[in-house]
Amino acid sequence: MTDPDLIIVGSGPAGMAAASVAARSGARVLILDEQPRPGGQIYRNIGENRDRLGWLGKGYAAGTELVDDLDHPNIHCEFGATVWRSDPGPTVCWSQNGHSQVTSAPYLLLATGAQERPVPFPGWTLPGVMPAGAAQILMKTSTLLPRDAILAGSGPLLYLVAAQMIDAGTPPKALVETQTRSMAIRSARHLPRAAFALPLLLKGLGLLHKIRKHRIPRFTGATAFRAETGNGGTIQFSFDASGKAHHHECGLLLTHQGVVPSTHMTRAAGIAHEWKATQECFHPTSDLWGRTDQPGLHVAGDGAGIAGAEVAAIAGRLAARDILHQLRLISAGTRDQTSASDRGALWRALAIRPFLDTAYAPTEAFQSLTDETIVCRCEEITAGELRAAVAEGATGPRHIKTATRAGMGPCQGRMCDLTVRGILSANKTTEPPAQPRARNPIKPIPLGELAALASEPETKP
Amino acid sequence: MPLQSTETTIIGGGVVGLSVALGLLQTGQQVTVLDGADSDLRASQGNFGLVWLQGKGSNYPAYARWTSEAVSDWADFADLLTDLSDIDVHLEQPGGYEVFTEQSEFDEFLVELENQGKTLGKNLDAEILTGAAMRHRFPELGSKVVGATFCSRDGHVNPLKLLRALRIAVTRLGGQIISNATITNITPTPSGGFSLIDRSGQTFGAEQIVLCAGLGAMALAPQLGFRTRVRAQRGELLITEKIGSPLPFLSSTIRQVDEGGIQIGGTKADAGLDDGDTLEFTARLAQHAVEVFPQLEKTRILRSWGALRIMSDDGYPVYAQSSDHPGAFLVTCHSGITLAPNHAGPLAKWIANTSDAPNLEAFDESRFPFLQTV
Amino acid sequence: MKVVSRFYRLSDAGTRTVTLTVDGTPITAQERDSLAAALLAHSAKASRRTTRLDTPRTAYCMMGVCFDCLVEVDGHANVQACMTQVREGMVVRLQSGLPEMRGRND
Repeated sequence: MTDPDLIIVGSGPAGMAAASVAARSGARVLILDEQPRPGGQIYRNIGENRDRLGWLGKGYAAGTELVDDLDHPNIHCEFGATVWRSDPGPTVCWSQNGHSQVTSAPYLLLATGAQERPVPFPGWTLPGVMPAGAAQILMKTSTLLPRDAILAGSGPLLYLVAAQMIDAGTPPKALVETQTRSMAIRSARHLPRAAFALPLLLKGLGLLHKIRKHRIPRFTGATAFRAETGNGGTIQFSFDASGKAHHHECGLLLTHQGVVPSTHMTRAAGIAHEWKATQECFHPTSDLWGRTDQPGLHVAGDGAGIAGAEVAAIAGRLAARDILHQLRLISAGTRDQTSASDRGALWRALAIRPFLDTAYAPTEAFQSLTDETIVCRCEEITAGELRAAVAEGATGPRHIKTATRAGMGPCQGRMCDLTVRGILSANKTTEPPAQPRARNPIKPIPLGELAALASEPETKP
Repeated sequence: MPLQSTETTIIGGGVVGLSVALGLLQTGQQVTVLDGADSDLRASQGNFGLVWLQGKGSNYPAYARWTSEAVSDWADFADLLTDLSDIDVHLEQPGGYEVFTEQSEFDEFLVELENQGKTLGKNLDAEILTGAAMRHRFPELGSKVVGATFCSRDGHVNPLKLLRALRIAVTRLGGQIISNATITNITPTPSGGFSLIDRSGQTFGAEQIVLCAGLGAMALAPQLGFRTRVRAQRGELLITEKIGSPLPFLSSTIRQVDEGGIQIGGTKADAGLDDGDTLEFTARLAQHAVEVFPQLEKTRILRSWGALRIMSDDGYPVYAQSSDHPGAFLVTCHSGITLAPNHAGPLAKWIANTSDAPNLEAFDESRFPFLQTV
Repeated sequence: MKVVSRFYRLSDAGTRTVTLTVDGTPITAQERDSLAAALLAHSAKASRRTTRLDTPRTAYCMMGVCFDCLVEVDGHANVQACMTQVREGMVVRLQSGLPEMRGRND
């Protein structure tokens, strides 16, 4: 594609919906996604699966239409394309098949989605412990189903994965929830508003009904997770619940504590971010159209703030219409009129968030880690080592990183940033720590690939 | 409420400030270090970690000798830090290379090295190698290398471990380090002391102060009547994933840190106070690295960043006592890692005015013209 | 209980398979598998040992975020297995400790 009007990073619901709207009003769109196929994580591989794997549920099948809509002459998709840098322009550097190129467009939409919140506890690095979302990816891409698995943690995804496993004929051995009775009670006051998002609420109740009907053992208010390797490679999972210590053997321990925005790209782009206390994560600051403080840069979807797939698609369409307006392809009036029904739908879909955020908040148990718990998986830095740095005077993310190396490995802090922040925040005498800077390259690239850009002129796909 | 005044207050908790603090503590002074905020510009958290002699002070003999002394004293200094902090700063002094891929740059450097040799004589212990000689010595070297120089006294440390070791050592010797105290105003008091105000409005009293604030001296030095002006020079750096095999040699632009990653640096640019990184310079660094070591081609870069060097007008260190306010000292330089043993040793003695204090007149700011502040 | 794999493969008629080698042993994978999925389907054992504490790891996030699934592929070290599609004849080596500069095959 020569000279795109809009580059979209990420082809999840937000990116796909934005591309569809923008292309159909005449904008030339380039989509860059590091996965091999469109869909993002929520609709991963939907274009290949379609209605083939019914047990993944109707929510998953809903992505089919978004993928089909990418088939438009104004949309050019590059998959296996990893964006590793963005600069004012906007300009992005991206790598594909071992070769990097630089592409510019007047507008850039970052729809980089979410990642699972890291769930550190002793043993979370062992083979046999994975996030529940990772198991879901294996279901969608390789029809691999968890064997003798326990689901542990909190959040709607935990129920969804349980239901999918039941429908696929491999139910979980147990559901161990960190949600406490008081969290459930606190969340109940948000139920009247959540009723505006009735379909979502009913979907959640349906999942719970299915779990009960299949008599999956459930534990609530669980704390003090610990995993150890047993004989023959099993996972020995222990936790406390209802004042009792519990021990369970399983083949796979799938954990979950909700999802958080993937902010490495938005941070590295220089966009301002803010802390969202109700979701305990940072997200880029943007207006109702997804505009940010950086010229030409919009954000949409879970990467802009956790709100789920339905909201992501709506936000993608809203951002696309604003960009179309700025490209002078539609008027402000048209932008506003065509967005009215999406705005209503957005309000209804967001109505459930206060309920979900309160009911499934990450519990303090994951902030009060035992000293031996690995926090930085890459550099293998424990909570105890981080606390020692705090005792030596570290009050901010940069000091603690340079003193301990936490966050200096290949994941660049994606798996420890939030936990490190929790450890820094435990010292309540100083201000809450600022968000750490995200450095280029956003994903590692070989020296030779970067070196090639020193002599090559700017190229276009 | 002002905190209790200590004998010396050091403004700046980077490698320079902490080295001076360590030295003053060893002379028996009481020391308080006022460190800035986590997000302040911090050369100590972004530098390259060289303990380097060759090329230093080719036109400034005093600086060449000062650096040579520091390089000699580094091994003892590293041992002292390990004793005081239980941290190994990973000093290695295997000798280092300046490697050139441009003939003109090589030729220019040879002139500098010759000048430096006039000052240091045998103490420089340098060797000049053509590209062919280098490839004979290191067969894996890239074909673009036109020449190199070797100095047997060059080396490197882990600068982040050094910073941490200094903090611990200063604390264990009884020094007090106060965080989030970015000083914005310094006012001399009638009694000869100073009143300091930080960004949050907190006030500190001090009998004697040493300004080691890096680029913070831009705003603070004129308040004490110092004529030294500092500016930022941006260097960009890369660090790669860790690799298990050692690099064949240490050079001033490519080094392997003790954890295994390859650090690449050496760019110079005037970018104001922007400590970001650019595609242009990072690509140039990557190109340099693979030209010197083609086998690094597939090694992945994990992180790039910019760091701001602190440059005086002539680029050499400034060690000055205020003539208007004798209790105020200014310390500024761009090679705080290499010079750390001197800052913790002779410089601290000079500030404390001990009987064995060295003569540091060569680094006084009287060499700069006095510029009226506008 | 002896864990061979932590996953069941749902039978999927019509999916083509490819053969790759892992530390010299041939294994079969489905054409659409990521390398990480193929390794998890094949074995419950570690696919890597860490560089600092020498502890076992397998693929974790499956979406390119955590870098726990690093393996050597066709001579290149530290390849993210979850971001790599399997190919017929792919030569995979599991990593233990720090990789050499150009992978162990060179």
